[in-house]
Parts: sequence; structure tokens; C-alpha cells
Amino acid sequence: MFAAENGLKGDPRLEAISAAIRVVPNFPKKGIMFQDITTLLLDYKAFKHTIDIFVDRYKDMHVSVVAGVEARGFMFGPSIALALGAKFVPLRKPGKLPGNVISKSYDLEYGHDCLEMHVDAVKAGERVIVIDDLVATGGTLSAAISLLESVEAEVVECACVIGLPEVKGQHMLKGKPLYVLVEPSGLDDHLC
Amino acid sequence: MSAKAGQEDPRIDGIKTKIRVVPHFPKKGIMFQDITTLLLDPKAFKDTIDLFVERYRDRNISVVAGIEARGFIFGPPIALAIGAKFVPLRKPKKLPGETIFEEYELEYGRDRLEMHVGAVESGDTALVVDDLIATGGTLCAAMNLLERVGAQVVECACVIELPELKGRQRLKGKPLCVLVEYR
Repeated sequence: MFAAENGLKGDPRLEAISAAIRVVPNFPKKGIMFQDITTLLLDYKAFKHTIDIFVDRYKDMHVSVVAGVEARGFMFGPSIALALGAKFVPLRKPGKLPGNVISKSYDLEYGHDCLEMHVDAVKAGERVIVIDDLVATGGTLSAAISLLESVEAEVVECACVIGLPEVKGQHMLKGKPLYVLVEPSGLDDHLC
Repeated sequence: MSAKAGQEDPRIDGIKTKIRVVPHFPKKGIMFQDITTLLLDPKAFKDTIDLFVERYRDRNISVVAGIEARGFIFGPPIALAIGAKFVPLRKPKKLPGETIFEEYELEYGRDRLEMHVGAVESGDTALVVDDLIATGGTLCAAMNLLERVGAQVVECACVIELPELKGRQRLKGKPLCVLVEYR
């Protein structure tokens, strides 16, 4: 569900966050309007608003783990984890984590990819938020949910800064709630 | 602020004990410094960030540059706490906009670090962050990128140093701050 439909309608912070996101046409391939959050990270106030909104939402939900999807989930997740007093768990591409891992593969438009987590990072019964910069089809987040559920953690919600139109109206992902701050920025917004 | 310099802050020992060493990863002979276990201890992770923030908050740093991917874990919390921009320095072809790159040497071959054009401007004062410094090759490439666009690198900051690899000497005279040394 989008933040504007869930108590933050008209919140000027959402406007600032949306305005700070740059659209890069035809990246990584023709036809894709890439939502670039690096410009959000250059806008200190808007970046801080992003973190604050997530922290405000989760601070009373007894969340003990924030799991971030490599690599852009790493840019948001740790700050949220620190503010919540929660653990941060990186979910990584294959071969990066040095300890014993569990893996989950997922489909891409062409082919598939794989997400890994350290087996000892999350305990059964822990309440987890999964964070990434953007949700498109939900394939990556679904893989993340599978990894966490396989160690019997409870995924409380998936949280993303941006949600593509495919997920509008979708409140759940693999049975788990989805929380998104903004829709994609349009073509004619501030091309920096 | 290395583990050996003068009075050691009492938080440093708590940080050091949380770093897990994984032998023979990614290959035989390498004692891999795993910071994921540090991230599982909220107090130790907070102490890590606090130590850097206390050092840099009054130094007028306008940009924190973090090196992919573990620099993305430590850099943004520091940037947010000191009011600076965060700039990711990435492997090739990940950044969507116009980029500049700097090559650096690996044990076998070369790799590249990229930065978005326009992210850092002439006159910016920069802190470079990564989880660990080994040979210093990646940090040196990061510093070069920042200096090429006219920024001034104030310092490099890493959680861990492998002093035997002498990376500190490859930083073109710039200071390095680390919390923990592994010998």
C-alpha cells in the first residue's frame, strides 16, 4: 500500500522524496525508465525524511531485524535498523557472504538470479522488515520472504521507497503487507 | 583513531569482538573479516557509527563517499548524522546516469570504480568510507575520482585495517582512521 493512502496523504515529505528521484530513460535497456535514487541520497533532507517515515512506521511494531536487499537496500536498511535498535541483515548475490548460507533463486525477465542469507543471522520468531529501494514485479522481495520464512522468522512487512504500477492496488506480496512511499517519477520531472 | 593509538575508546573492544574471521574465504590463505556479525549487534553497530560521527561532525564534510557494497552499509548512517550527501562509488555499469571511472589493480587483473557525474562538485569536502582497507587500491581509486572533480578528500575511514598490507601508504598522504587492526 502506498504511504499516501495510509495516513500520509498530503505529507510534504513525500513530495520532496519524489522530486529528488531522477528518471534515467532506457537504462539498463531500451524502454525502461530507471528510477535513480542516488539523487535522493544527495538531498540530505529528503534522504532523512525517507528514513524517518520508515522509522516512525515501525518503531512500535517490535521489529528486531531489518533485512536489506543488495545493493540499494543497503543504502536505506542500516539507518532504519540503527534507529529501531534492530539487527541489520544483508541479503546478497551469490558468493558474497563468507559464512554458511541459504539460497533462493527467483525469476528475472530473462533467466534467473539468486539471493543468499547467512543461516545464523535470523532466529525463529524474530519479526523482520525487508527493505529495498524499489519493487517492480516483487520477485526479489518474494525470494527474500522465502529465505526469512525458511528460518521461521516472521516477515512483518516489505518496505520500498518506490513502487512501480504493477504493484499499485496490491497490498500484499506472498501474503505479506507491502508498504511503498512513492510512485515512479514521470518523464518530465527535473532531469538533473 | 586506530586500536593502538593512545587511550583506546572503551567501545572499540566491543566492536572488535563482534567481527567474525572466516578462514579461507574467498580462497585459501585469506582470513576474511566478516562484518555481518557486527551488524547483528545493534549496540556494537551503533558504537561503530557513533565513533565516526563524533570524529567528523564538526569537520564541515559535505560528502560521504561509500565503496560498493559494504561501504554502503556504514556510509549512509554517517552521512545522515553529519548532514552530508551520500555518494555511492560502484562497480561498472550499475550507475544509470553519466559516469566517470577510475581503474585499479586486483591481484590478477584490473577493475573499475564509477561515480555519477555531477554528484560531487568542485569545493566539496569528502570522507571516503569502506568496511576494510587491505592494499589500499580501491580507496586510492575512490580518492582519485573525488579529486578529479575538484573535491578535497579530508580523510578515509574504515572499520578494519590489515596493516601488514600497508594500504595506509597508498593514500597519497591523506589520513586514515580505523577502529580495529587485524594482524
